[in-house]
Amino acid sequence: MKLLPTTWTHIRRSPYQALAAIISMFLTLLLAGVFFITSAGSFYILRYFESKPQITVFFSDGVKESDILSLKATLEHTGKTAGVKYISQNDALALYRQQNRNDPLLLEMVTADILPASLEISATDPAYLNDLYPIIKGASGVEQIVYQKDVVDTLLTWTRAIRLAGGTLAGLLSLDSILIVTAVIGMKIAVRKREVEILTLVGASPWYIRAPFILEGGFYGVISAVVSGAILTGAVLWIRPLLLSFLGIVPVIHAVLSDPASALFLLPTAAFFGMLLAAGFLLGSIGSLVAVGRYLKF
Amino acid sequence: MIRFSRVSKQYGGQTKALSDLSVEIPDGEFVFLIGPSGAGKTTFLRLLIHDILPTSGEVYVDDMKVNAMPTSRVFLLRRKIGTVFQDFKLLFDRTVYENVAVGLEILGKKDSEIIRDADAVLSLVGLSSKRQFFPQQLSAGELQRTSIARAIVGGPSILLADEPTGNLDPDTSWEILTILQQINTLGTTVIMATHNAGIVNDMKKRTIALREGHLISDEAKGKYHVHKKTEAHHETQSHKKEDPKG
Repeated sequence: MKLLPTTWTHIRRSPYQALAAIISMFLTLLLAGVFFITSAGSFYILRYFESKPQITVFFSDGVKESDILSLKATLEHTGKTAGVKYISQNDALALYRQQNRNDPLLLEMVTADILPASLEISATDPAYLNDLYPIIKGASGVEQIVYQKDVVDTLLTWTRAIRLAGGTLAGLLSLDSILIVTAVIGMKIAVRKREVEILTLVGASPWYIRAPFILEGGFYGVISAVVSGAILTGAVLWIRPLLLSFLGIVPVIHAVLSDPASALFLLPTAAFFGMLLAAGFLLGSIGSLVAVGRYLKF
Repeated sequence: MIRFSRVSKQYGGQTKALSDLSVEIPDGEFVFLIGPSGAGKTTFLRLLIHDILPTSGEVYVDDMKVNAMPTSRVFLLRRKIGTVFQDFKLLFDRTVYENVAVGLEILGKKDSEIIRDADAVLSLVGLSSKRQFFPQQLSAGELQRTSIARAIVGGPSILLADEPTGNLDPDTSWEILTILQQINTLGTTVIMATHNAGIVNDMKKRTIALREGHLISDEAKGKYHVHKKTEAHHETQSHKKEDPKG
């Protein structure tokens, strides 16, 4: 059966209807793609923050190292910490130099004296953070307590909101696309009613007649997926320097975006394209199947 | 073997198009189905291809009970029966070759087989030189020959022809009949519905005569019996398109 040429002929003979279906699915896939990338990004940002010490305690100048180590020992003796790391002023300076090694201006005039010593604390269970907090708060020389849980909770709230809004919108647009494809394929079946009747009379099987219409919907989806995938990839590459500047601290994001020619960028991009293609083909095929089931009853 | 067993067909509570018809047609036979408009000829043919279902009675093609076939399996029956329609039923956006090739494409044949068999059939019906023509460029006789070519290209065991000479001049009508005879000699059962008394009388083949849905006669070497009522009716109808109920 010359399935592909027949499908192509169907598309070529009513280009405006085909365009309407393609644009509708393109918008759906574009939006779904944006939300997928955002969700994936926020997932790794969350994981990054979750992997960081859950509480960081900064000490004021002049606090004795022995006091800090005493607090460290107290915390470790509770049995509720997974790790307590002491960062002395010299360690903080070394870290600062490492992070800003490409910017000599920021390295000038900075000495260990102006950087605070700190303790980075991880609990074996986030629930223990409430028990550890009073101990830290009551220690002498504590200047600031950064409670990572607040950051993670805020991020989690935002991520959930993005996923819910994105998922709902993508779902509604998917439904809209399916209905548009159903209408377009339904119109095409109506236009080709005589041909369908003749093919039926000469002994064509139901699937011989249905297949080009179903494939046509799938083809709209594939075209939409290719266009939306290309635009999204282009957009990510375009804003890559911006993303790196404020999300580059997240190791996964840094690794993926630092070199667009590397496998770390190309493989996820290929997988993303594959997902869009599958989603597009599925959306179009479902729309076609609905139309075929409705208008081509054998 | 085709068998009609006490078949009746009534359209929407109106008069019966076929009434209690029982008839058997063995394999390889050439049969004329004659009668005036409204006699039930087209109904007879449409029942055979499951285009319509009988109101009562049973229709058999070989071992298939046609009236009990699920709609999804009807294509298997239609692959056994080639049909030449009175209005040709050709695809006007496809060439002569493509119209014939579709009869093979639906069977899932390879491209090389499609080219070989379609060309052979076009040669048989004398249309090789017009294989790239579109139906709009053909005469009525050529359209009918294209329709015949499509009907026989898949090698059906039965060929139905509904008024294949209805709109043709006498010479072209004989050309069409010669082709049908050739197909019959290859072993295909041919059932031809016709008004053409001359052809029926000259061919001396089995003739089943219908009138108002009733079997009037079934003769081995039949003649087109012209009854007064039939003749008058025929003459008024001969230049009009046949009623869809036949």
